[in-house]
Amino acid sequence: MSVAAEERNARAPWALSAPALMLFVGVLLIPLAMTVMLSFHDWGQYKGIEPVFILKNWHEIVTDPYYAEMFWRTFRIAILTTLLTAVLGAPEAYILNRMSGRWKSVFLLVILGPLLISVVARTLGWALLFGGNNGLVNKLLMSAGLIRAPIPFMFTETGMVVALAHVMMPFMVLSVWAALQRLDPQIENAALSLGAGPVTIIRRIIMPQIMPGVLSGAIIVFSLSASAFATPAIIGGRRLKVAATLAYDEFLNTLNWPLGAAVATLLLAALVLIVVGSNALIERRYAEVFR
Amino acid sequence: MSRNGPLALIFHTIFVIVMVSPILVVCLVAFTPEGFLSLPTNGFSLRWFRAIANYPEFIHAFWISLGLGALSSFVAMLFAVPAALAIARYRFRGRDALAALFLSPLMIPHVVLGIAFLRFFTSAGLGGSFAALIIAHVIIVFPFALRLTLAAATGMDLSVEMAAVSLGAGGWTLFRRVTLPLILPGVISGWALAFIQSFDDLTMTVFLAAPGTETLPVRMFLYIQDNIDPLVTSVSACVIAITMTALILLDRFYGLDRVLAGKGDTGR
Repeated sequence: MSVAAEERNARAPWALSAPALMLFVGVLLIPLAMTVMLSFHDWGQYKGIEPVFILKNWHEIVTDPYYAEMFWRTFRIAILTTLLTAVLGAPEAYILNRMSGRWKSVFLLVILGPLLISVVARTLGWALLFGGNNGLVNKLLMSAGLIRAPIPFMFTETGMVVALAHVMMPFMVLSVWAALQRLDPQIENAALSLGAGPVTIIRRIIMPQIMPGVLSGAIIVFSLSASAFATPAIIGGRRLKVAATLAYDEFLNTLNWPLGAAVATLLLAALVLIVVGSNALIERRYAEVFR
Repeated sequence: MSRNGPLALIFHTIFVIVMVSPILVVCLVAFTPEGFLSLPTNGFSLRWFRAIANYPEFIHAFWISLGLGALSSFVAMLFAVPAALAIARYRFRGRDALAALFLSPLMIPHVVLGIAFLRFFTSAGLGGSFAALIIAHVIIVFPFALRLTLAAATGMDLSVEMAAVSLGAGGWTLFRRVTLPLILPGVISGWALAFIQSFDDLTMTVFLAAPGTETLPVRMFLYIQDNIDPLVTSVSACVIAITMTALILLDRFYGLDRVLAGKGDTGR
């Protein structure tokens, strides 16, 4: 290859991606940097935003227990949602994978399809099912004898976790499903021929192999739940605030943009740390699976 | 090879019922003949679908959503196709970083993006405008547009292109007559998935939309904040029907598991 052709070859990919790169720098990186800057600005009821560099908002978030409680609630809901999706989604993916071709694709569509259906519509469905103390869910649970008194779902964390788990479930099923595709069915048969029972097979053969899928699904579900907006806003109401709904309030109701920007920046930083950290842990622990 | 035991099938049945019931209940309540939220036990009625016509806000918001989704997905494709070809074809320094940057809108919470865009467009004097919505949606749908185009470009047989070059095709002709038709299924599916993502986005758009540029999810959300009545269920039922149609088409032409799993992430 001549020098000129080699140079053209080195330049070509950059020339092709230059428009998208400029777009991303101009309308993604710069706005994000502006948001971080905004969190250091001052704000007053009457003076509005003042472009100075102070730590007032950060100081308020760190010292005021209201924010600690709100962030703790956000992460508590995200953790419970993640556990719920893992405990129910992983077995479902396994069952789905053992179905025959036609049923498999039908149920895959039924379970993954909701991913693309409006979150507002799906959460509205839960609001209808919960609906006060004599909602359908409570009636069903009581007639089945599972509970004696109705559980309050609307405007509670329980309701938020249930609705969020439903919204996030497809991500978990999809992730475990992908791990199951890499699994060699012969290993299961080998274990069976060596006299292993179904419980042993699941515990010793299946579980270790789908664990990376469960964990990477858990990371997706956790980060999406911790920053979810629609479901906490509709099920949680105006009182029960999480990070995303609080930031929304600061921006569009209180109009204290710098404080809202600080909440958002902290949420982003916490999520990046958690996601990058756990990704690194998983990849180290399961290095051989990813190779 | 259905070897699932009875216990597994019971679990599966309950799981599917729970997954479907919120969506089903919305669609059922939409057909209620009553003036309040209830299941249609006394026959079905279309009164709440007809009622939508009396709320021009919803219809206006629907057209905004439709235009926004179609346009922003198209613009995202204009940027994504060359970028996908660059990432799929060439091995160059910074390739992984570039791919990570282009997929980053998937990782950044939409609430953070909404805030960043609100701040940015307000100081640029574009606050609440349709143009601002388009640009913001181009960014959030870009990863979906890129991923499916990338998968198509990675799987493409390069010898066809070489044959065209040896026959004298080059530049634009090569792209228009050979490359584009070959990656077209990926491009169309990418556009469709991008459209659905744009059409459904609430979290980011709720920060940017002003009266007049409210999208359908934003209008529905603001409506629910005030009160929940059968009207919003009939609007939701329409949205569900539209998405389902797109979904089935996407599944038929491309395979839903392929679309959602985003195989060939960075073309590796």
